[in-house]
Amino acid sequence: MVENRPFLTFLTHLFLICGFVVVALPVYVAIVASTHDAQTLMSSAVPLLPGSHFLENYTQIFTNVSAANGLPSYPLMAANSLIMAVVITVGKIAISILSAFAIVYFRFPFRLLAFWIIFITLMLPVEVRIMPTYKIVADLGMLNSWAGLVIPLVASATATFLFRQFFMTVPEEMMEAARVDGAGPMKFFRDILLPLSRTNIAALCVILFIYGWVQYLWPMLVTTDPSYYTLMMGMKRMVAVQDGEIRWNLVMAASVLAMLPPIVIVIFMQRLFIRGLTETEK
Amino acid sequence: MDTKRTTFQNRWLPYVLLAPQLAITLIFFIWPAGQAVKSSFEREDPFGFSTVFVGFTHYARLMQDPAYLDSFVRTAVFAVAVTVVSMVLGLLFAVAVDRLMRSARLYTTLLVWPYAVAPVVAGVLWFFLFNSTTGIIPYYLSFFGVRWDHTLNGTHAMILIIIAAAWKQISYNFLFFLAGLQSVPNTLMEAAAIDGSGPVKRFFDISLPLLSPTTFFLFIVNVNYTMFDTFSIIDATTEGGPAQSTNILVYKVYQDGYLGLNLGSSSAQSVLLMLIVIVLTVVQFRFVERRVQY
Repeated sequence: MVENRPFLTFLTHLFLICGFVVVALPVYVAIVASTHDAQTLMSSAVPLLPGSHFLENYTQIFTNVSAANGLPSYPLMAANSLIMAVVITVGKIAISILSAFAIVYFRFPFRLLAFWIIFITLMLPVEVRIMPTYKIVADLGMLNSWAGLVIPLVASATATFLFRQFFMTVPEEMMEAARVDGAGPMKFFRDILLPLSRTNIAALCVILFIYGWVQYLWPMLVTTDPSYYTLMMGMKRMVAVQDGEIRWNLVMAASVLAMLPPIVIVIFMQRLFIRGLTETEK
Repeated sequence: MDTKRTTFQNRWLPYVLLAPQLAITLIFFIWPAGQAVKSSFEREDPFGFSTVFVGFTHYARLMQDPAYLDSFVRTAVFAVAVTVVSMVLGLLFAVAVDRLMRSARLYTTLLVWPYAVAPVVAGVLWFFLFNSTTGIIPYYLSFFGVRWDHTLNGTHAMILIIIAAAWKQISYNFLFFLAGLQSVPNTLMEAAAIDGSGPVKRFFDISLPLLSPTTFFLFIVNVNYTMFDTFSIIDATTEGGPAQSTNILVYKVYQDGYLGLNLGSSSAQSVLLMLIVIVLTVVQFRFVERRVQY
């Protein structure tokens, strides 16, 4: 700080606290609503203080709410979300670190072409080419399968760029020394490059896990079998009931449970998260 | 596009290393994109037995379709509103946190987590807050004579998705602006302070100009985000309604293609969207390259 202005500092704190209150409002209301019974939430405006049905609502989520909506059990949906997020994270990192290694440490015909093909994936988000991609996955017989859910999402241009950028900063001497000592490319990759990339991998893990966890459109398109439903799809199903009232207390309990894992990760791995976020976007 | 000065000699290994990434890209990105281009020039008979080449018919029809043009305008309004709201708030938070020394980290933690909330969940949360029968916000708005109902009123629906989409993006903008502000040299600030300029003047004369690369970068990223990543927010809240008032381009591709099974038109829309993404990406990359040379 350049100079001391107590009043301005006070205003700054006030502004930030108000900002936080506004930003946190929807989540606070969700938590409060998840502790009331359905009757309270339906009769008038949602109360602003927690009620007494916390345990009841959350046990219901874990036991019988799903069957009523034609959904699989909650633990199964949570497991699906987790599997999806973890497989996408690991897959994206493995695939892109290998291709970045090939692009930076080898000279071979069609290298530039390969680079551009990967680059193009950046430009074509799944939302833009829904129908044709869906059709191809259907033609390959990959609807309602883990392969169809995950494989189309594991190509990653951003992660490849991040690793490429990082490999370019690794000193040339590392590789020259490795070669003098007779190490082949894969030994160099495993014993030198991989350990050096540890922080980058960790930072990417945080970002990619969130990316995988919040996927919605793609799973919705390729899986019609409820046993593949993720939490995000379950949420949507609970809100989109055709007849009858939405049971908001349960929807809110489900929302709280669905947001918890990534929020906890962001808060406890804040440094890695910020690093991953700011570096992948450059 | 450089390699290292010295490289490994191996004829087949680089191809093996690249194979998984390239295979996925070709099968699930390039091929479908090609298919989209192809079927945007074709008409399929209702039973899918034969296709006829129809040239630019689908595009011409789109350009004359008031619903599509409306959707275009709506997307622009939505993108600009979300971008401006989330960037202004992100910048304000960043400036405030940047002023503080000891509590900066705590406030960063408090402001950063909405990024991790899934768009669907964000949509559901705001939908609940604005729900016309029991939501808190309509309840308080009613004291001011506003009768909130986003299931009937298109403007209300638009405001709802703008708020939900911007809310999720504030933390992202905040982090980038904060990083930008922290790299503003302290000497400049001190010199200006000695010359007698106050915090507000220093912000507008020093910080803001130095933030212009960050601002431009964030603008593109945010427009990109609003145009393409907000699908799930809309699907969880308004589903494009009421009366198409929140049917933005990405959602329309899905509605016409996946739900309406109008393949040709949906493909033509996909191709137009791809062109928009490509333009945005190229702009972004040219700019990033320029910034690297600073």
